[in-house]
Amino acid sequence: MKFNKALLAAIGLAFSVGAAHAQIKVGVTVSATGPAASLGIPERNTADLMPKEIAGQAIQYIVLDDASDTTSAVKNIRRFVDEDRVDVVLGSTTTPNSLAMIEVAAESRTPMISWAASSRIVEPVDDVRRWVFKTPQNDQHMATAIIEHMTNHGIKTVGFIGFADAYGEGWLEHFRTLAGLRGLDVVSTQQYNRTDTSVTGQVLQLISANPDAILIAGSGTPAALPQRTLVERRYAGKIYQTHGVANNDFLRVCGRDCEGTFLPAGPVLVADQLPDSNPVKASALTYIRAYEAAHGAGSVSTFGAHAWDSGVLLEAAVPEALKVAQPGTAEFRAALRDALENVSEAAGAHGIFNMSPTDHLGLDQRARVMVQIQNGTWKLAD
Amino acid sequence: MDLQIALILGQDGITNGAIYALLALALVLVFAVTRVIFIPQGEFVAYGALTLAMIENGFFPATMWLLLGAGVVVTLADGVSAIRAGQSRKVVGIAGVNLIYPLLLLALVWSLPLRDLPLAVQVLLTLLIVVPMGPMMYRLVYQPIADAPVLVLLIMSIAAHVAMVGLGLVFFGPEGYRTSPFSNARFEIGPMFVTGQTIWVILSSLVFIVALALFFSKTIYGKALRATAINPNGARLMGISPMLAGKLTFFLAALIGALSGVLISPITTIYYDTGFLIGLKGFVAAIIGGLSSYPIAAAGALMVGLLESFSSFWASAYKEVIVFTLVIPVLVWRSLTTHHMEEEE
Repeated sequence: MKFNKALLAAIGLAFSVGAAHAQIKVGVTVSATGPAASLGIPERNTADLMPKEIAGQAIQYIVLDDASDTTSAVKNIRRFVDEDRVDVVLGSTTTPNSLAMIEVAAESRTPMISWAASSRIVEPVDDVRRWVFKTPQNDQHMATAIIEHMTNHGIKTVGFIGFADAYGEGWLEHFRTLAGLRGLDVVSTQQYNRTDTSVTGQVLQLISANPDAILIAGSGTPAALPQRTLVERRYAGKIYQTHGVANNDFLRVCGRDCEGTFLPAGPVLVADQLPDSNPVKASALTYIRAYEAAHGAGSVSTFGAHAWDSGVLLEAAVPEALKVAQPGTAEFRAALRDALENVSEAAGAHGIFNMSPTDHLGLDQRARVMVQIQNGTWKLAD
Repeated sequence: MDLQIALILGQDGITNGAIYALLALALVLVFAVTRVIFIPQGEFVAYGALTLAMIENGFFPATMWLLLGAGVVVTLADGVSAIRAGQSRKVVGIAGVNLIYPLLLLALVWSLPLRDLPLAVQVLLTLLIVVPMGPMMYRLVYQPIADAPVLVLLIMSIAAHVAMVGLGLVFFGPEGYRTSPFSNARFEIGPMFVTGQTIWVILSSLVFIVALALFFSKTIYGKALRATAINPNGARLMGISPMLAGKLTFFLAALIGALSGVLISPITTIYYDTGFLIGLKGFVAAIIGGLSSYPIAAAGALMVGLLESFSSFWASAYKEVIVFTLVIPVLVWRSLTTHHMEEEE
């Protein structure tokens, strides 16, 4: 009997301690396995490095894997809002997963910060997307950078080869529109699958169209295949890749065949080469140091930096929201949403965020640089 | 399209077709002997390629642990049933194959300077690690339910496939690898050039197919497998152990898979989940052969490879659609021409 009383007292104490320190709960769903795992793993690692305390409030992260699967992502966010009653949801890694999650976020009136690239996640800001923000640059940002670089280097005709999925299709659409505006001629468009073992047919088509430059719109190491085939078939023009390849595994797989390739990327990729005057340099280096301290030198990737930037946004917004309401309430979530929308000049690893009621991304031209692959490393290009 | 492009595409198609042919032969063999539709065939391709990639990069190949783990489980399962049957002397043999061998191999791999070994030794090590997983897999996954209907065996295959892909992600990580080619030679033949690796792939496939044919027609084990495929009950009455036949079949299937992986990994980047699609194309070829005819399956594999290559030139967006749609006319044709026999169950 005595023992039972003591136990009850202990349990009571435990609960009262929990209540006294109201904490902010953050639900994180990330694609740490499945096809998007190479993006999701650095993001999950970054989640461990995000602020543990903001404005005196402890932050609790609940990290779940959605296996790059849309249904699991929705299941995860349902759990976050129904059972865990989180104050904000971060993730997921891929565009399809994020698009599937926004309905739940809006319905439960929980702010959500996506780590996926497509502009459709936050545009247009309607009743549903009021609650949704994202950190990665839009593909349009990157496409304009490529087109600017092409026109500056006298390129008139372009060949395009991209993934036969949302990523490649999205790029083709943006690239075609923007290229048309700048007078570039897209002379051949080809598609291939991430899992293809050969793209000889597509590459022969591209070469027979004889373009000045070829853009490969793929992400991760599968984007190396067309490049290797192009080099093997002695294509002499310039080759461009997208920011989807900006990780070291791509360099390893592509090897010498990728020398001289141009790509747009977030400044975090070449942070140490940026001039000191660049506003992103300091914040990007902060992230790199934090990540490499935990996971070893050279382990950092630009994808993890998108996750980091959501932490930066929270650090800017949470103190404002705390002035209005206590964590764990609907008022706090609404206040946090308002505060996220008013974030200004927050320096993340990928750029400077200036949110507005019509722009839930908030990045500008400072969020991208052109990079060239030289001697197996990334070099800032002019 | 001119002749030069057609030649290049043809060469590309034949190279891929050679790999599909090997896999199709393995699928036909496994189905004929054990009635298993061997979905994880592709995983052996990925395991072979990625184990070689790890050895080449000087990492300790993580598949070694899987071999050891599977060996321990097989030793326990077989050891217990041997002791129960009062044949405790057999335990030594069982442990020798399933436990001592992986341990010796582990010690060997651990002590060798993996990165500096000649490529041939690296390939040999890869095969030594990956191939024994075939018979072990048969013992653990299929042997306990060897008499189950084809559908149950298929479901087990899918389970084994999913498990192997998941383990592959743990072992090799999400990123792909490419190994260095067996030969850097390039031959210019008229308007086209042929790489040494392409010749390696085609020649090894041919050699392997001929070796298989000889194995089935000349050796006692090969004849036993053929007998089991034609009439399992009759073969059993003649003293051919269905268990041995199953293990031998899976050994061959794993060998073909790992070898294919080693052959194509210098040509294309292999990921932990690449195997499935390669295996699936081999499966299309095996279906063309009705899961029973080796020559038709091999010819079907070449057709799949060529079709893939040419459709990637003309209609790259619809390549996979075209390849997999090939199954439909084949099935229609087969169902019209063959007399269907109900499976005895």
